[in-house]
Amino acid sequence: MLLGRIVGTVVATRKDPRLEGKKLLICRLIDPDGNDEKGYLVAVDTVHAGFREKVLLVQGSSARMAYGCKDTPVDAAIVGIVDQVSQD
Amino acid sequence: MYLGKVIGRVVSTIKDQGLDGRTLLLVRRVPNGPVVVAVDAVGAGAGETVYVCRGREASFAFKPADVPTEASVVAIVDTVAWGDRPMALQEDSTDSGPAGGPDADKKDEL
Repeated sequence: MLLGRIVGTVVATRKDPRLEGKKLLICRLIDPDGNDEKGYLVAVDTVHAGFREKVLLVQGSSARMAYGCKDTPVDAAIVGIVDQVSQD
Repeated sequence: MYLGKVIGRVVSTIKDQGLDGRTLLLVRRVPNGPVVVAVDAVGAGAGETVYVCRGREASFAFKPADVPTEASVVAIVDTVAWGDRPMALQEDSTDSGPAGGPDADKKDEL
Protein backbone atom coordinates (compact mmCIF):
# COMPACT_ATOMS: atom_id res chain seq x y z
CA MET A 1 0.00 0.00 0.00
CA LEU A 2 1.08 3.56 -0.57
CA LEU A 3 0.75 6.87 1.20
CA GLY A 4 -0.88 9.76 -0.61
CA ARG A 5 -2.42 13.19 -0.18
CA ILE A 6 -5.66 14.20 -1.82
CA VAL A 7 -5.10 17.07 -4.21
CA GLY A 8 -8.22 17.07 -6.34
CA THR A 9 -11.39 15.45 -7.57
CA VAL A 10 -12.46 13.91 -10.86
CA VAL A 11 -15.95 14.29 -12.27
CA ALA A 12 -17.12 11.88 -14.95
CA THR A 13 -20.67 11.68 -16.24
CA ARG A 14 -20.36 8.89 -18.77
CA LYS A 15 -18.74 5.98 -17.02
CA ASP A 16 -19.08 2.32 -16.30
CA PRO A 17 -22.38 1.80 -14.46
CA ARG A 18 -20.55 0.04 -11.66
CA LEU A 19 -18.66 3.27 -10.93
CA GLU A 20 -21.84 5.25 -10.41
CA GLY A 21 -22.01 6.82 -6.96
CA LYS A 22 -18.31 6.36 -6.35
CA LYS A 23 -16.13 9.37 -5.61
CA LEU A 24 -12.96 9.65 -7.68
CA LEU A 25 -10.09 11.56 -6.09
CA ILE A 26 -6.69 12.62 -7.39
CA CYS A 27 -3.99 11.57 -4.96
CA ARG A 28 -0.40 12.78 -5.00
CA LEU A 29 1.98 10.11 -3.71
CA ILE A 30 3.99 11.13 -0.64
CA ASP A 31 6.87 9.69 1.36
CA PRO A 32 6.61 8.87 5.11
CA ASP A 33 7.78 12.42 5.95
CA GLY A 34 4.92 13.91 3.98
CA ASN A 35 7.00 15.19 1.08
CA ASP A 36 5.56 14.93 -2.40
CA GLU A 37 6.83 12.15 -4.61
CA LYS A 38 6.60 11.77 -8.33
CA GLY A 39 3.31 10.63 -9.77
CA TYR A 40 -0.34 10.66 -8.86
CA LEU A 41 -3.26 8.25 -8.84
CA VAL A 42 -6.95 8.56 -9.48
CA ALA A 43 -8.47 6.39 -6.78
CA VAL A 44 -11.97 5.43 -5.71
CA ASP A 45 -12.78 6.73 -2.24
CA THR A 46 -14.24 4.18 0.18
CA VAL A 47 -13.67 6.02 3.47
CA HIS A 48 -15.05 9.53 2.77
CA ALA A 49 -11.67 11.20 2.66
CA GLY A 50 -11.40 14.94 2.08
CA PHE A 51 -9.20 17.51 0.39
CA ARG A 52 -5.55 17.57 1.58
CA GLU A 53 -6.00 14.55 3.83
CA LYS A 54 -3.27 11.93 4.07
CA VAL A 55 -4.61 8.59 2.93
CA LEU A 56 -3.73 4.97 2.49
CA LEU A 57 -3.96 3.73 -1.10
CA VAL A 58 -4.25 0.19 -2.33
CA GLN A 59 -3.36 -0.56 -5.92
CA GLY A 60 -3.93 -3.38 -8.35
CA SER A 61 -6.52 -6.12 -8.15
CA SER A 62 -6.51 -5.92 -4.35
CA ALA A 63 -8.33 -2.60 -4.72
CA ARG A 64 -11.41 -4.58 -5.65
CA MET A 65 -11.46 -6.02 -2.14
CA ALA A 66 -12.13 -2.58 -0.68
CA TYR A 67 -15.60 -1.89 0.67
CA GLY A 68 -18.16 -1.61 -2.14
CA CYS A 69 -15.65 -2.29 -4.90
CA LYS A 70 -16.36 -5.96 -5.49
CA ASP A 71 -16.62 -6.71 -9.22
CA THR A 72 -16.06 -3.10 -10.18
CA PRO A 73 -13.51 -1.86 -12.72
CA VAL A 74 -11.21 -0.36 -10.09
CA ASP A 75 -7.46 -0.70 -9.69
CA ALA A 76 -6.77 1.98 -7.09
CA ALA A 77 -8.78 2.61 -3.93
CA ILE A 78 -8.47 4.76 -0.82
CA VAL A 79 -8.85 2.40 2.14
CA GLY A 80 -7.79 4.52 5.10
CA ILE A 81 -7.28 8.02 6.42
CA VAL A 82 -3.85 8.33 8.00
CA ASP A 83 -3.73 9.82 11.51
CA GLN A 84 -0.04 9.41 12.14
CA VAL A 85 3.10 8.01 10.56
CA SER A 86 5.86 7.18 13.02
CA GLN A 87 9.36 6.23 12.00
CA ASP A 88 11.80 4.43 14.25
CA MET B 1 8.29 -11.22 -2.69
CA TYR B 2 11.31 -9.42 -1.34
CA LEU B 3 13.21 -8.62 1.85
CA GLY B 4 12.42 -5.45 3.72
CA LYS B 5 13.21 -3.69 6.96
CA VAL B 6 10.51 -2.38 9.25
CA ILE B 7 11.17 1.34 9.67
CA GLY B 8 7.96 2.56 11.27
CA ARG B 9 4.21 2.33 11.71
CA VAL B 10 1.12 3.95 10.29
CA VAL B 11 -1.89 4.76 12.45
CA SER B 12 -5.31 5.07 10.86
CA THR B 13 -8.66 5.29 12.63
CA ILE B 14 -11.01 5.59 9.71
CA LYS B 15 -10.22 2.68 7.44
CA ASP B 16 -11.71 -0.17 5.48
CA GLN B 17 -13.40 -2.69 7.76
CA GLY B 18 -11.10 -5.39 6.40
CA LEU B 19 -8.15 -3.55 7.94
CA ASP B 20 -9.68 -3.33 11.42
CA GLY B 21 -7.34 -4.72 14.05
CA ARG B 22 -4.44 -5.08 11.62
CA THR B 23 -1.05 -3.50 12.15
CA LEU B 24 0.22 -1.27 9.36
CA LEU B 25 4.00 -1.20 9.03
CA LEU B 26 6.30 1.03 7.04
CA VAL B 27 8.70 -1.29 5.26
CA ARG B 28 11.71 -0.26 3.20
CA ARG B 29 12.97 -2.71 0.65
CA VAL B 30 16.58 -3.56 1.53
CA PRO B 31 19.09 -2.20 1.05
CA ASN B 32 17.77 1.19 -0.09
CA GLY B 33 14.58 0.59 -2.01
CA PRO B 34 11.16 2.22 -1.94
CA VAL B 35 8.98 2.39 1.18
CA VAL B 36 5.58 0.70 1.23
CA VAL B 37 2.88 0.36 3.84
CA ALA B 38 2.40 -3.34 4.51
CA VAL B 39 -0.17 -5.15 6.63
CA ASP B 40 1.46 -7.30 9.30
CA ALA B 41 0.51 -10.98 9.29
CA VAL B 42 3.16 -12.32 11.69
CA GLY B 43 3.72 -9.79 14.48
CA ALA B 44 6.87 -8.12 13.16
CA GLY B 45 8.41 -5.20 15.02
CA ALA B 46 10.66 -2.21 14.55
CA GLY B 47 14.01 -2.82 12.90
CA GLU B 48 13.31 -6.40 11.94
CA THR B 49 14.14 -7.81 8.55
CA VAL B 50 11.00 -9.25 7.03
CA TYR B 51 9.70 -11.03 4.00
CA VAL B 52 7.22 -8.89 2.07
CA CYS B 53 4.64 -10.26 -0.34
CA ARG B 54 3.32 -7.87 -2.99
CA GLY B 55 0.35 -7.98 -5.27
CA ARG B 56 -3.00 -9.65 -5.02
CA GLU B 57 -1.41 -12.59 -3.24
CA ALA B 58 -0.60 -10.36 -0.26
CA SER B 59 -4.20 -10.60 0.88
CA PHE B 60 -4.08 -14.41 0.82
CA ALA B 61 -2.08 -14.28 4.06
CA PHE B 62 -5.28 -13.28 5.87
CA LYS B 63 -7.68 -15.79 4.34
CA PRO B 64 -10.55 -16.36 4.86
CA ALA B 65 -10.80 -12.67 5.82
CA ASP B 66 -10.90 -10.19 2.94
CA VAL B 67 -8.13 -7.70 3.62
CA PRO B 68 -7.69 -5.07 0.90
CA THR B 69 -3.92 -4.93 0.70
CA GLU B 70 -1.31 -5.39 -1.97
CA ALA B 71 1.63 -5.59 0.46
CA SER B 72 1.89 -7.89 3.49
CA VAL B 73 4.60 -8.91 5.92
CA VAL B 74 4.40 -12.69 5.77
CA ALA B 75 7.58 -13.77 7.59
CA ILE B 76 10.29 -12.53 9.94
CA VAL B 77 13.71 -13.36 8.54
CA ASP B 78 16.20 -15.09 10.86
CA THR B 79 19.14 -15.55 8.53
CA VAL B 80 19.98 -15.17 4.87
CA ALA B 81 22.80 -17.05 3.18
CA TRP B 82 24.29 -15.19 0.25
CA GLY B 83 26.23 -17.77 -1.69
CA ASP B 84 27.50 -20.12 1.00
CA ARG B 85 28.20 -17.37 3.54
CA PRO B 86 25.61 -16.36 6.12
CA MET B 87 24.72 -12.69 5.88
CA ALA B 88 24.17 -10.43 8.87
CA LEU B 89 20.78 -8.78 8.85
CA GLN B 90 20.35 -6.33 11.67
CA GLU B 91 21.55 -2.81 12.41
CA ASP B 92 25.16 -3.10 11.24
CA SER B 93 24.50 -4.31 7.73
CA THR B 94 21.01 -3.57 6.48
CA ASP B 95 21.72 0.03 5.60
CA SER B 96 24.63 -0.91 3.42
CA GLY B 97 22.99 -4.01 2.03
CA PRO B 98 24.66 -7.39 1.71
CA ALA B 99 28.07 -5.82 1.43
CA GLY B 100 29.74 -8.72 3.17
CA GLY B 101 28.49 -11.30 0.69
CA PRO B 102 30.62 -12.79 -2.04
CA ASP B 103 28.59 -10.99 -4.71
CA ALA B 104 28.47 -7.61 -3.06
CA ASP B 105 28.46 -5.86 -6.41
CA LYS B 106 25.12 -7.47 -7.19
CA LYS B 107 23.35 -6.08 -4.16
CA ASP B 108 20.83 -4.17 -6.24
CA GLU B 109 19.32 -7.44 -7.32
CA LEU B 110 18.28 -8.38 -3.81
